[in-house]
Order: sequence, then C-alpha cells, then structure tokens
Amino acid sequence: MKLGFLVDLNLCMGCKACEVACKVENEVPLSSWRLRVKYIDIGSFPNTTREFTPLRCNHCESAPCERICPVSALHYLENGIVNVDNSRCIGCAGCMMACPYGAIYMDPETNTADKCTYCAHRIEGGLMPACVVACPVEANIFGDIEDETSHISRYIMEHQSFGGGVQVRKPEKHTSPKHFYVGGGNDSLNPLAHERIEGYGLFNNITHLKEIGDPHHSVLDRFLTPIFGAHHDHDKNEGFIDMPNSDKHESHEEGGH
Amino acid sequence: MDHGTVIEATKAVVTLDVALPGIIWGWMITLNMWAKSIGTGVIIVGAYLLYRHKKEDMPNLRWLMPLISFVALNVFLLFTLLDLHQPLRMVNIFFHPHWTSAITVGAWMATLFTALITIMALIGFFDEFSDVRRNCAFAKKIRGMSGFYEKVFPFVVFLAFPVTMYTAIIMAEASARELWAAPAETIQMILAALMVGSASLTLIADKWSEGARKDLATVLAVSVLLSFLMYMAEYFFSFKAAEVEATLEYVHTGGSYHTQFWAAMVLGYIIPFFIAKGSMKVENRTMMKFAAVTTLIGLYLAKSTWLEIPQMLPLS
Repeated sequence: MKLGFLVDLNLCMGCKACEVACKVENEVPLSSWRLRVKYIDIGSFPNTTREFTPLRCNHCESAPCERICPVSALHYLENGIVNVDNSRCIGCAGCMMACPYGAIYMDPETNTADKCTYCAHRIEGGLMPACVVACPVEANIFGDIEDETSHISRYIMEHQSFGGGVQVRKPEKHTSPKHFYVGGGNDSLNPLAHERIEGYGLFNNITHLKEIGDPHHSVLDRFLTPIFGAHHDHDKNEGFIDMPNSDKHESHEEGGH
Repeated sequence: MDHGTVIEATKAVVTLDVALPGIIWGWMITLNMWAKSIGTGVIIVGAYLLYRHKKEDMPNLRWLMPLISFVALNVFLLFTLLDLHQPLRMVNIFFHPHWTSAITVGAWMATLFTALITIMALIGFFDEFSDVRRNCAFAKKIRGMSGFYEKVFPFVVFLAFPVTMYTAIIMAEASARELWAAPAETIQMILAALMVGSASLTLIADKWSEGARKDLATVLAVSVLLSFLMYMAEYFFSFKAAEVEATLEYVHTGGSYHTQFWAAMVLGYIIPFFIAKGSMKVENRTMMKFAAVTTLIGLYLAKSTWLEIPQMLPLS
C-alpha cells in the first residue's frame, strides 16, 4: 500500500474548509500550518483570474527531510506516509532546511518539527484525513496509489492524457512526491513564477515570521524547560509575526474583510 | 500599500497566503561554521608547517595549536547545542543515530575529534609548563602520556578534513537550497579552514622562523585567492539554475546582503591576499596580523551571507 493525495485545482474554490479542518483536527498552533490554501492572481485587470493552490507535505518517496533527520524523528510508515515522532525530535531544523516544499514548521508549543501526516492517526482508525472530509467539492482525493482500482488511481489515469495532465511540485528535485495536482500550471505550482509583493495581500501584509518556534523559548529556556517546565504564558503570541503596524503605533490592518 | 509598484501584466501575484518562515539557521550556525573552520584549520595548517619545518622553528606550536583548536571546537559545539530547540535531546544523536544524515555522522566525528584535541591540548600544555601542578596526580598522568601526542597527531590531521567538510554535506542534503551545492561548498569549507587556520596561527607566530611565517603567508594568499575565485564564479555565473539565480538576486540587487557580501570579499579575501602576497617576498609582521584579523572577520561575514540568502527564497 502506498498512500497518495491528489487535488483537482479545477474544482477547488478556495473556501479553506480543508485548512480549518486540519487546524482543528491536529491542533496546529497559531503561526503554523500543515495545510494552507494560497491565492494567486494572474493577468491584468479586467482580464484576471484567481487560482487556489492547497499546499501540504508531499510525502515524498525519496524524502529529503527523512534523509537529513539525525535521529529518525521523521520516518516512513509502511503505507508510505512520512511521519513525525515529536518525542525524538531534537529541534535542529535540518528538515525545515531540506524540505523543498516548505512544508515543515517548528511547533511553538513543543519546540519540535511538525508537518502534515495525512492524518495518520485517523487513517489508522479507518478514517479519511480531515481535509478530505471537509472539502465541499471533493477536490481532495486520497487513497492507495498502488491499487489500480482505487479512486485516486483511476483519477490519475483518467487525467494523465489530457489538459495539463497530472503534476507534482518541483519534479526536478527528484523527491518522487506522492501528492499530485490536476489542473495546475506553472503559475500555481512554481513559487518562483509568482511574486509576493509587500502590501498586496487581501487580508494582511505579513510576509515573514519573525520567530521560528516559540518566541519566548530563549536559549536558557531550552535547557531549563524540560527540567522545570515552561514558565511563561503560551497564550501570548506576541512576536510570532513581524507586523510593522502592530503594538503602540496604530491598529494593524489584519482581518479587514 | 505602495500604489506606486508596477506589476507586469503577465506576472502572477500572491494575494492571500500565510506568513513564511524567516531565517531558520541564523548567526549561531554562522558562528558554528566559523569556529569549526578555525578548530580544524589550525590542525591542518599546523601539520603542513610541521611537515615543512623543524619543531624548533615553531616553539609554541605544539601546545598552542591544540589549545586554539580546543577553544574553537568548544565554541562550535556550544553554539551547535544552543541552536537546537531541544538541546537536552542532543543525546538522541548517539542513542538513536540515523546514519544517512550528515548531521549524525558529523556529530560523531566532531565529538571524537574534540576528544582527541582535548587530550593533545592537555599534553601540550603540561609538557610546555612543567612546573604547573607538578604534584597533581592528573597532571602527572597526562605528562606520562606525552608520547601519545605524536602518535595520535596523524590520525587527528586525517580526521580534521571530514570534520571541516561535513557541514557542506549537511548543506547539500538541504536540497531545498540549491545555492549550497556539494562540490563547491565542500571545497569552500576546506579553503575556509586553510584561511582561518593560517590567520589564527599568524597571530601566534612572532617567535617562529622567517621561513615558517612565509609559509603561513603563502597558505593564506593561496587559500583566499582560490576561495575568492569560487565566490566570484558563483556570483557571476550561476545562471543555469533558476533557484540559484533567484537566490543570488539578494546580493546582486543591493540591500544589506549586497553590502555584507562585498564587505566580506574586501575584508576576508582582497585585503589579506595582497598583504600575504607581499609578505611572501618581504615580510611585514604587523600587516600580516592585520590581514589575519580581517580574514577572520571577512570569513564570518561571507559565511553569514551565504547561509542566509537561500533562506529568503519562498519555497512554496
């Protein structure tokens, strides 16, 4: 069995239900994401289109994150999922440097690496990943790509020969991703093909995280917390984001819709 | 919002997304690499000088070489540990090693290397200062092991090469960052070790023979020249790979990284090259010390630039 994922971008309408379901199911902390939907605008007014691209871990067959992890915290499950063992992770961030898809984050609560696991805990119990269940248009298709009769295998076979075909992100990296897209183009799948222009976001102007992991987790805390426990309030998320309009100056523009 | 920005009609623009990670490996990793280059470099350059000259030509080399290496390696190990988000779990590398990872292989090699350097530093120190702790049992035991220094030294020199190079393999395994390619980075690591190794030894070479000091100047001049040429080749001719070209935009198009990169090139490479080249013919100790200091500063700046710019590129 080799589990794979396919997103039909022709169906995706950018509702972010998958993103929210993932956050809730996996209790993904503020400032972090396992699955996100990116909006990309193409063309010039009035001839413009908006594309939606859900992005998550690609569960590569030749995963750079698994290779670089010094303690096997990132490891393969028998069904092909690249899983994370948080209790073993040393927080070196090597996996974050290795993943060509930027799919791994440093959990600010555990200070260990984390990422999408295709909801391995749900699959173990015979359930579909939370994002698949939440999608209102069934754009997310999940299943065994080694089983020719599975929905995902048939979907791949049907779409391979026409349109844009079935694509993966960054095939030149030779990571053999097990996450496929139908209906995607260079604009939606190649991060170098689109610009992130400061101030042109729809709802915010945050471009980069200020901190990786917990901003209150100082060098001293890193040694003392495992022994004495955390002494600060994790509910405060100040400093997670680099927000030029925040704090004393003026109210920030986030959430303006 | 800057309404003055012109967006090309054909250009796709991200209009909604999450914040991307900033610099993940920052100044601690730069310091880590810089200190490791010193720790291994003094051993490699020291071995070369011992091969070319008599011990008597470099009277303080036997004890100062491992001592400098010991201090630098401990700085390297300290900041390696501090950069971890779970530093107490560092032991997992030894109890649950994953051998495909250059981090694991490097950690084991660096630990062994540091252990041997510690022994050499102790032997060198107690042999040099025979009156220090004369009645101490530990010091007596170390003095009794004096011959071990010469026996283990060839192995330590051999080990210094992979220890200095393994960070390049970690960077190569970080396949998301195409700027860090294995052959180029591996050679740059060796050259960095030769640069700061010779620079560090220049600072303690006052009582050495002129021939030994000229050899130091030669090593410094050759290593900075080769390293500079590699940086220039990457700076000007990396247009084959789209990601590398996009990464180098951060140093091509002005801004703080542009300034930092060229400051590194001037301080770490251009100034030391001309001073060291001059000292190969007519020795100038003061200027060589100045060149040694600028080399140490310049290498740190160069490492910092090269480490951080690939992390600015959006991966998704």
